[in-house]
Amino acid sequence: MTSDRKPPPPRSGQPERAPEWADGLKQLYDSVVEEDLPDSFKDLLAKLDEIDPKRAAAQGGNPSQSPDDRGARR
Amino acid sequence: MSDSDPASASSRTASEKADFKRELTEVVPHLRAFARGLCGRPDMADDLVQETLLKAWAAQERFEPGTSMRAWTFVILRNAYLTDMRRNRFRGEYDEGVAERILTAPAGQEEPIHLSDLHRALLTLQPERREALLLVGAGGFSYEEAAEICGCAVGTIKSRVGRARATLTEMLANGNIPRRSTDDDAAHRAILEELDEVAAGNLSSAKP
Repeated sequence: MTSDRKPPPPRSGQPERAPEWADGLKQLYDSVVEEDLPDSFKDLLAKLDEIDPKRAAAQGGNPSQSPDDRGARR
Repeated sequence: MSDSDPASASSRTASEKADFKRELTEVVPHLRAFARGLCGRPDMADDLVQETLLKAWAAQERFEPGTSMRAWTFVILRNAYLTDMRRNRFRGEYDEGVAERILTAPAGQEEPIHLSDLHRALLTLQPERREALLLVGAGGFSYEEAAEICGCAVGTIKSRVGRARATLTEMLANGNIPRRSTDDDAAHRAILEELDEVAAGNLSSAKP
């Protein structure tokens, strides 16, 4: 896989006083970032290529309602 | 100021389109993390991310190649969140299972703060402050980037982050954290009322 996801910079010498829970906040965020992506997302990402963005935009940015695009699955 | 010029819309090369798809895919875990922090419930957060991906896809001609995909999609996500919140889809509910799982993460502090407490406290913050703190304190955005995402002044973001930090620090120091949402109706109701106020656009700053 491509690996240009930047790791967060080490927060050693912090200029401003960080509360002791600050690291926990990052942990909460990172724990979700590191979760395996649910299949529903893989399915959606795979389906995007079949959706013409211009037609999706013309429909008010709700491409999932295009009958043609949904026809492939149903 | 119309961006409906068909010539520009079709000017993207195949490789630019592929780049867009790749960058969009890479940013999904971050969208999930931001959404989880905003609305608390994993299932609703993921719905929000899916909605965001579809909207981003539809609007891809408006993305400037070379700029931050993460910042661009976060704007779409927060707008979708605010719209959904106005329709009362999100109730800032706290998910017990997630926090328990997160708790098993190594803490590495002598006096660890329970992440479940932090998460609960986070969800009681005013939505604007929670969002600002998530962007800067968890997402690693600069104040300037966060201000762009939220469409407000840098000073406003600084102030929101400062207030959010102060509130969380005080809550955690005093143990003044709402207990589990299921057995603390008062705290839960307070969150709902606050969300309603924000949704109605009449948030007062007179809260303690």
